[in-house]
Amino acid sequence: MHFVVCLKQVPDTSEVRIDPITNTLMREGVPSIINPYDAHALEEAMRLKEKVGGKVTIVSMGPPQAKEALKKAMSYGADRAILLSDRAFGGSDSLATAYIIATALLKIHETEPIDLVFTGKEAIDGDTAQTGPGIAQRLGFPQLTYAIKVKELTDKTVTVVRKTESGRQVVQAELPALLTVEKELNDLRYATLPNMMKAAAYEPEMWNAKTLPYDTTQMGLKGSPTSVSRIFAPPGRSGGEIMDGTKDPAGTASSIVQKIFQQNIIMVNPRAKGGKH
Amino acid sequence: MTVLVDKAKCIGCGACVTECPLEAIDLIDGLAVVDPKKCDNLGKCVSVCPTNALALPNQPIQPSEPKETINPKSGSKYNIQDPLPESVSDYAAGNEKKTIRSHVKPVAGGDIWSGVWVIIEYTNGNVAPVSWELLGEGRKLANSIGCDLCGVITGHMVDSVIPEAFAHGAEKVFVIDHPVLEDYRTEPYAEAITSLVTKYQPEIILMGATSMGRDVFPAVATKLQTGLTADCTVLGIDPETKLLLQTRPAFGGNIMATIMCRTRRPQMATVRPRVMGMPERVEGREGELIREEFSFSESDFHTKVLEFITSDAKSAFLDKAEIIVAVGLGLGAKRNLALAEDLAEALGATLAGSRGAVEAGWLTHDQQVGQSGVTVRPKVYIAIGISGAIQHLVGMETSDFIIAINNDPEASILKVANYGIVGDLFQIVPALTAEFKKRLQHGVAN
Repeated sequence: MHFVVCLKQVPDTSEVRIDPITNTLMREGVPSIINPYDAHALEEAMRLKEKVGGKVTIVSMGPPQAKEALKKAMSYGADRAILLSDRAFGGSDSLATAYIIATALLKIHETEPIDLVFTGKEAIDGDTAQTGPGIAQRLGFPQLTYAIKVKELTDKTVTVVRKTESGRQVVQAELPALLTVEKELNDLRYATLPNMMKAAAYEPEMWNAKTLPYDTTQMGLKGSPTSVSRIFAPPGRSGGEIMDGTKDPAGTASSIVQKIFQQNIIMVNPRAKGGKH
Repeated sequence: MTVLVDKAKCIGCGACVTECPLEAIDLIDGLAVVDPKKCDNLGKCVSVCPTNALALPNQPIQPSEPKETINPKSGSKYNIQDPLPESVSDYAAGNEKKTIRSHVKPVAGGDIWSGVWVIIEYTNGNVAPVSWELLGEGRKLANSIGCDLCGVITGHMVDSVIPEAFAHGAEKVFVIDHPVLEDYRTEPYAEAITSLVTKYQPEIILMGATSMGRDVFPAVATKLQTGLTADCTVLGIDPETKLLLQTRPAFGGNIMATIMCRTRRPQMATVRPRVMGMPERVEGREGELIREEFSFSESDFHTKVLEFITSDAKSAFLDKAEIIVAVGLGLGAKRNLALAEDLAEALGATLAGSRGAVEAGWLTHDQQVGQSGVTVRPKVYIAIGISGAIQHLVGMETSDFIIAINNDPEASILKVANYGIVGDLFQIVPALTAEFKKRLQHGVAN
């Protein structure tokens, strides 16, 4: 079977800080990583390949530096990596990005038919969760989002457990299909030494806007229907009362609890004190 | 000399790239880079830069704008004291002279698109409450534009939902009721919503940023080839252009970005649950009902739902909890979790935690509050040993009342707390638990 994993190199947003004086993003020294959800997508593709045989192809879009993420992905045992990189792709929103990636997948599909596409449920630098479904729509593949388990894979179908707010949905889709995955899906492996050595010597294929029959009006900032009109600091919430609890912890606790009840923030009536579920 | 870029201020939004008539600016690695061969110092880019990161060579770079803040409550709550617009009052009174206004107003893109639509999420016999929150918010948007507010219900056997949509403020309700829509699946739902949008051309469509909204809306936006903004926390209408201002946290919640979809229709957004207030429910309010046929059948679709397992995990309830006790890395070790569990037990609260606590393995992903976890809006949120990274704050700062315990007086969490206690949590938390127990058990408030 042919598994394709779409992954993205992202800044580790947990390391991003705001400069308290200039109120701007501090990007210096923020490490680039494989989007954590995409790492689980790759892991699942690898597991299925090991189970049923086949090939794992990785596709990413980004600046030339994103090659590093692809080499890293290769060290987990993938077979082929393609980086879509062109200045004309820069500034694409999720609609345009899905167009660029889907066009590349169609090209791959012509020579090596794809059975399953995997991607993370969202990228941590954008959190939109739109590119995966956008690719599926353009390819005409059914999409199964928020997968927490691949229950069964046959020649014709894939059965997946999806996570929703109210419970778990077990869904079967005809192949080829696209899955977006949650971290619960699996535990990540470590790269093996032979694979690391193979990856170190591997050069990802570079595809640009001229490699494929792209319609350039559908990409980049000009091909993106959404645009950022304003950026500002997150809304502040004015602080309240700060108490020093270092000297008399019990006394501080007592006075705060008293205030909470006086203001009816928590009611004495057990029925009103908030349900235990 | 060419236009100068202050790399510290550039947020890579690309506004300058589209503005430059000479195509002299590119985004490289997320930053604006000027091509000196093409730049002619026209300065068009300087005026559109939202962060004043660009300057002409003979002028110094402007200081950053003063920190702009918005009050999420004043910006998003539906005020039930506000009089209802005329058309809704008419419906409410059962008035015969229903004023179906037509708004023939061309918008960018050429066609005539009018109306604010809310897609009502109805699955397994329940309506997601965010659907009603959006009717409340949609009412304000529709009033600002001067157009209709409509609800859309797709599913099977949905008649019980229709009066509720009117009761929560919809003037019109569009319904597609068909057996293939019984269980939620992307393909039939996307087809149903797309067919209604194509036929009736609303200018704005909204849905909750739930697993369903975030699954079906990208599919619909791709079919319609229009823009979609995910996870908005503030919506507004630009007074001049009447375009939808879609504000969402970006870069892991480090900044807020206002997104616009200027030239394509409809403008689409998903909105985080529990960010907008609930509108007043008016029993018996009526409106216009439009039922549409669905021309698809089971054989048109490539997925089938085999089973639905209702969740017994606490995750299903974390976002509905009235009191939450949340822990962070300040707790030190998993065995100290008992401190928080005791407090939660005393208050009948639900236990949750920061990303750090989850990644340390003390709690499950289901219990994570914040940007990559659940957004909560309880009556009381008690944060124990949580420093308050912005990714955490965006998931809980609309809580009604926040109590934070931290040993670092500079911790960000204290800046959003109604009551902040600086001290040793290992002393404070047991004291709080004992005090709450005493008063709740004895029923003594003072």
